[in-house]
Amino acid sequence: MAEATHDEVHRHEAPKGFIRKYIFSLDHKVIGIQYILLALTAVLVGMLMSVLMRINLSWPGSKWSILGTLFPTGAPGGVMSDSFYLSLVTMHGTLMVFFVLTTAPQGGFGNYFLPIQIGAEDMAFPVLNMLSFWVTFVGFIVLLLAILAEGNLTVGAWFSKLGASFAGGTGTVGPIGGWTGYPPLSALGPIAGPGQGAGVNLWIISIAIFCVGSLLGALNFITTLLNMRTRGMSLMRMPLTCWAWFTTAILALLSFPVLLGGGILLLLDRIAGTSFFIPGGLFVSGNLVPQHTGGSPLLWQHLFWFFGHPEVYIAILPGMGATSHVLSTFARKPIFGYRAMVFAIFAIGMLGFFVWGHHMFISGMSPYSAIAFSILTLSIGVPSAIKTFNWLGTLWGAKIRFTTPMLFAIGFVSVFVAGGITGLVLGQTSLDFFFHDTYFVTAHFHLVMGVASIFGMFAATYFWFPKMFGRMMNETLGKLHFWVTFLGVYAIFVPFHAMGMLGMPRRYANFGEYEFLKNSHSLVLFVTVAAIITVGIQIVFYFNLFWSMFWGKKASDNPWEATTLEWTTATPPPHDNFAGVVPTVYRGPYEFAVPGAPRDFIMQTEPEAVEVTAGLGDRSGNGGNGHKH
Amino acid sequence: MAATVTNTEGVGTAISGGPRSRGGNGFHKNGGGRDGKDGEPLRFTPARYRIGVWVAIGSIVMLFTALTSAYIVRSASGNDWQPIAMPKVLWLSTLLIVISSVTMEVSRRSLKQQRDVPYGRWLMITVALGLGFLASQIIAWRQLVRQGVYLASNPYNSFFYLFTAAHGLHLFGGIMALSYLLLRTRQRRSTIDGELRRVGAAESATIYWHFMDVLWVALFLLLFFWK
Repeated sequence: MAEATHDEVHRHEAPKGFIRKYIFSLDHKVIGIQYILLALTAVLVGMLMSVLMRINLSWPGSKWSILGTLFPTGAPGGVMSDSFYLSLVTMHGTLMVFFVLTTAPQGGFGNYFLPIQIGAEDMAFPVLNMLSFWVTFVGFIVLLLAILAEGNLTVGAWFSKLGASFAGGTGTVGPIGGWTGYPPLSALGPIAGPGQGAGVNLWIISIAIFCVGSLLGALNFITTLLNMRTRGMSLMRMPLTCWAWFTTAILALLSFPVLLGGGILLLLDRIAGTSFFIPGGLFVSGNLVPQHTGGSPLLWQHLFWFFGHPEVYIAILPGMGATSHVLSTFARKPIFGYRAMVFAIFAIGMLGFFVWGHHMFISGMSPYSAIAFSILTLSIGVPSAIKTFNWLGTLWGAKIRFTTPMLFAIGFVSVFVAGGITGLVLGQTSLDFFFHDTYFVTAHFHLVMGVASIFGMFAATYFWFPKMFGRMMNETLGKLHFWVTFLGVYAIFVPFHAMGMLGMPRRYANFGEYEFLKNSHSLVLFVTVAAIITVGIQIVFYFNLFWSMFWGKKASDNPWEATTLEWTTATPPPHDNFAGVVPTVYRGPYEFAVPGAPRDFIMQTEPEAVEVTAGLGDRSGNGGNGHKH
Repeated sequence: MAATVTNTEGVGTAISGGPRSRGGNGFHKNGGGRDGKDGEPLRFTPARYRIGVWVAIGSIVMLFTALTSAYIVRSASGNDWQPIAMPKVLWLSTLLIVISSVTMEVSRRSLKQQRDVPYGRWLMITVALGLGFLASQIIAWRQLVRQGVYLASNPYNSFFYLFTAAHGLHLFGGIMALSYLLLRTRQRRSTIDGELRRVGAAESATIYWHFMDVLWVALFLLLFFWK
């Protein structure tokens, strides 16, 4: 027994050397911060690309001499070519979806707070956890090389040494297939035109690496949550954040292997001459492609979207968890309908596996399967509505503390509803026929998947920053950041809907030659100005983040008067999270405003205060307990 | 006073769902957390490895499901689908891997009965059978190459090489795991925690090995007996 105890203590000594402590760290908190830093880097590149795209759309022919230097063929003289625009679209999408929306919510905040919130000393498999981050990091580097391999002469020359399929430096730019990389064009190699050579190979390899990293992470999350919960932390006492991370991990576990499989097939088509996705008798750019026969491009769409749709929920669910958590804390009320929230998260996650066909309505699928996909898609509205009404129910009649994290959580509900409601439009086959591949779709998924989950992450950042760094973020700057961002994203994406209804197609580098779009130029201009302002205000966020780390107001251990386990430990948490003391959990996660309690919140670790007399409580339901009817 | 504070119980029930039966330290039957008395450090539970390996199996199943559905779709999508005659040596592969599953089970049971010498011996035999399986697969590949059956010459061949390679890679991971067991877990540990880890690691490796066996048999049937 004594030996076992010794064993246990020995395991949790913090590493001393810089490399073991900060670089190849096994500590889930350090790994979480690494993921967040990776996402902060990737989002910077992705935002920069979106601004470049907007400027090109509004003022075609704008000169950027740095682009001319970096990509002499893609942007001759600093003016970006149409294919360069397409490769920006591809890189923006890939960076944002994979390296921002998948890393920060799950790998970042999930890694940092899931073990603490369930009272564990670390993740179940710390080494896998470290590997998962570094594998993802390698994927990120490969993705950045993907745009340089073909467009940049120097980098292209390095890759040309790897053989014919990686010959670079000659094409126009990096991958131009979009983040969905549809074959047959993406499967053919350089013959398909500029931007379909080495860059696409690296793009596929990068995503395959990312899949592996995510799978390692998902394995760790699920095992940790099932095995490492502390005493008394029953499943139904977990914070909703943990439920969200858990569901996300299940989605990642089941969907990333499918993308990995598809990616392998696509890569084999490109470099090994197989014909999984390439049909026979194909004419590309006036040339017959003789060496391939019989493949099915639609097969890729099925594999890709079987992954692609759950991926949307991988991005949004952690944001939902963080929002529920933050809303309850600052409304000073128990979350409305905890159980319903748990089931809704799970229902959204599971339904997400059966709706991939709605991305393919115009692919020529049978109308009967289209109807089935359509009905399943619309049924996701039910759990989504449950969540929305429960968030509103939590806010109803509350004495809300309007802190910055709370503002972002409320903002999340707003953009989630605004973006989600158009899902009901696009989920219907008849309407999707018109809206497919227009700015309406872009508006829908940017609001509901991009902006909403980023709002969730902003809420999480402002909320947990004091626990992670022991200092508060500046509230004035935070509120400035919120209001400009909140109004900014609506200013960008509401006009997108209008453009979509006008029939403006997405991914086009310019609209100059289309008569029916002549009148919408002022809209395009307005969106660009809004985008530049919204991106610009993020400088305030970055400044606030790094400035507050060193010079922010010192935070106490529980500055928000919240109830969950991370607020019971020191700030920042010690290496084993609870300094050797094992927390015991006695109650649910959102016990705010309990009648008769000495404070308006009860920590999860507080035992029953006074002896309990059975049968006296009001047990009628959820909302009835936290406050009077 | 007592009456008002009682409400906390009601709130707990309503928020966190369901009445809680209390046994042991009060939380055991609640689906909650790990065992042990308050204040003591938490024990390692071998279920951790078991859950981990089952979860990993879940993702591998999804990978092979994706490839299998691609196989089925592709077999119907063109008129260029030409299955090859099965190389006879694959019967040997199948035999080897099925036997290795049995020897692995014997090894696991020996460890469970605390007979460490047979544990190591049967483990070694399993590793040898696993390597034999891989060798036999490579022989099959070489025979096919000699007959001019290449990866890209027919979609069926592409899938054949892909499936065998993907399975072989995962099996190689299994051999690595068994080698780790051979090197690191044949000695009994001095601590309870260490002993739990040792047995836990061997048990989860066994689960994975059986899965590799089942997976190969399924692929074998799919490639040569389906339709």
